[in-house]
Formats: sequence, C-alpha cells, structure tokens
Amino acid sequence: MSISQQPKAASNVLQQQLQQAPPSGGLRYPSSKKTIYDRNLNRTRTSELSRASFAYLFIEMISYAQKRAPSVSDLEKRLNASGYPLGLKLLDLLIYREPPRSALRPTRILALLQFVHTTLWKHLFGRPADALELSNNSPAEYMITDNEPLVNAYISIPKEMSQLNCAAYVAGIIEGVCDGAGFVTESVTAHWAEGEDIWPGKTIFLIKFKPEVIEREGILKGGTS
Amino acid sequence: MPDIYVAACNCNGWTRRLAGLSTSAQWKGILTKIRSFTVVFTLLIINKAGGLIYNRAFDSSLAALSSNDSLILAGTFHGIHAIARNLCPPSALPSSTLSSASSTSFTSNPSASASALGTRATPATGIQVLETARFRLTCFQTVTGTKFLLFTSPEQPNVDAILRRVYELYADFVMKNPFYTTEMPVRCEKFDRGLVGFLVGAR
Repeated sequence: MSISQQPKAASNVLQQQLQQAPPSGGLRYPSSKKTIYDRNLNRTRTSELSRASFAYLFIEMISYAQKRAPSVSDLEKRLNASGYPLGLKLLDLLIYREPPRSALRPTRILALLQFVHTTLWKHLFGRPADALELSNNSPAEYMITDNEPLVNAYISIPKEMSQLNCAAYVAGIIEGVCDGAGFVTESVTAHWAEGEDIWPGKTIFLIKFKPEVIEREGILKGGTS
Repeated sequence: MPDIYVAACNCNGWTRRLAGLSTSAQWKGILTKIRSFTVVFTLLIINKAGGLIYNRAFDSSLAALSSNDSLILAGTFHGIHAIARNLCPPSALPSSTLSSASSTSFTSNPSASASALGTRATPATGIQVLETARFRLTCFQTVTGTKFLLFTSPEQPNVDAILRRVYELYADFVMKNPFYTTEMPVRCEKFDRGLVGFLVGAR
C-alpha cells in the first residue's frame, strides 16, 4: 500500500482550485491567481481533517526523519524540528482568532502555559490537554500531560526503539509557540509516563525554560505583587 | 465411531478444559449444554505472495499447529484459493453444497453472465467458506490480495461483520504504523491489543 502519495489535506475549495490549474511543470497556481495566502484566516476555523490522512502523512514524516537519523534521540530532534515552524505560525493565528477582548499575547508563564494547554490543544486535537503541573526538580520546568496523544494513535513502537515517542512532533509545536511568544526554551521533550496501566500511551511534555525567562518572571511578580 | 469433544466446564469459578471420548450420558449432558458456545478460534493473515504474516489463536479448542505447519497451511491455502478461482464455471449457478455431519463443503462465487441489461459480471473469487463439523474457515480477500482467514465454530453468526472489523483494525494499526514494512510479519502491539479486546469478548 502506498503511503507516501497522500496529498496534504487542504480544504475542498483549494483542492478544486488546484485541480483546475494547467498541468505545466513546477509549482501550480490556480487560474484565479488566488493562493492560500489570499483566503480569509477565519474561514478554516472549524474545518476538520481526516485522521487517516494525517496518519499517512505522519508515517512518511517519520520514515523521512528516520533515514537521516542514526539514533533515537536524533530522530526525536528531527521530528521536533519539523514541528517548530508550525508552532511559530500557530501562535499568531490562534491569538488572531480569539475574540478581540482576550486576543492578547501571553506575557506571564502561567498565561502562556494555559494558552498551550487549552487553546492550542483544542485547535490541534479537539480537546484540552489533561494536566499542567510544575515540576518538582526545578522552577524552570513545567509538564503538560496528555493521556493519549492523537499523533500516536496508530503507532506501535517496536521493542528496540521503546524510548522513541513520536509526540516529539507536538513537542516541537509547543517549542515554537513558547519561543514565538518570547519565552525562550532550552528544550521541550516528550516522554512516556512510567507505570501507567489505564493509559498506556500517556505522554508528558517537559518544557524547560531558560533561566532568563524565570528571572524575568520573578521580576514581574515582584513588581506587581 | 466415538466423537471427540473438546469442552469447557465451569466448576466453582474454575474453568477446566475436558477433552476425551464421550460415552456416558452424564458427560453428554454437560457437553450438549456447552456446545452452543460460538467461538473464534484463530486468525491467520496471508500476504500477496502467499506467506503467512500473522497467526494468532484466541481459543485453544482447536489443535495447535507448529509454526512450520502454519506456514505450510498458509501456502497451501493460497494455492488452492487461486486454483478454485480458475475452476469456477462461467454460469450463474452456484455450486451445490454437500452437507453431511463430518464432510467438508466449500462455496465460491461464480461469475454471473452479463445480461443484455448490461449488469456487470461479478468476477470469480476463490474459496470463501470451508466448513466442517468442528469448525468453519472463512476467507476474506482484500482488493490488494491480502487474505484474512478466520477459524470459528460452525454456529458462529456474523462472521462477515467480524472479518470486516478485523480488516478495520488491520487498516488502522498495521497500515498506519510507520515501523511496519508491508508484506512482512505483523508485529504491532496495538493490533494485538485491539484484536484480543474484540475477539476474545465476541462470544
């Protein structure tokens, strides 16, 4: 079964436009000369994507990364890098789409994490994430938990790669959002939660902020309290 | 001729498997009560080339085959399936089924003759059902040539629905698995879990 030929899911309108384009070589533009950049941003607000299409595209992404990555951590880094630009763009898009009163860029860590935990997750997966907690190890680490990441829904990791968590892609998205909002992160990684029977796929996203972010947060807190 | 019954009985919460010659009326009493179990015994998946890529027993009532024997069974069935397809007569009459207690009967779909109204002739398929007194073997062949063989008890209803669900699970957890190479043996944990959850409970 060919898994690499699935087109990226766009809305029906765009696909129709693409089909009407002349079959010359190179990038094809629709005859009406309207590209995806000319469309209203709110138009695809509630549009849905078939899970199967995403699954096949994701398979190809993983295979592509795996060919160039000699180790598991390299593979995770590559998946992370694929998700990063998505995060940067999603930050702007989601803030733009919020109702005008609350369309503010988050300036505090907690507001940012609430944004990721609720708005971002709802946009990507249709439901908010499951938990948001501060790590015990250090005040610069936060954890977002997802009991069953959608991207891992059809993936069974073979025994020799049991540390690999393909939600590294989502971790990349989170990293893009945080960096874009001005909260520079050292890393955002996806880990399997240990000892989970009810949710075998439970994943914890560990967000490590850089020390200057924590310093700034401390100053802001001292200033307003 | 003594019949060999394999049955299970519940004694104080323990389930014990009893196999043996049933001669006494007492035994027959217990066994007739339980014989109405409808069970799914085994699932085999055969790839395009006839190689066995998945073999899983959900119930140990059928005699277990060694892995070598399973491979031979898969290859043989693949060949017979193809031969049966070629043997199908071009007329619309279905082949009659023999029905005696311990004989086998098989049905395959013959091609219907194209009538003047322009109905499409359904292409002949290979063996679809093979039934004995002890079990029924149903074969579902996908459009891509992968065969799903399901061994069930003869009374099991809705075998088609079960096979469709198995195919759905296959399409989800095997085909959408990035670490699975097509036509290779299936080693996907989520597929196993889904199957067990669906088939062991489907009695």
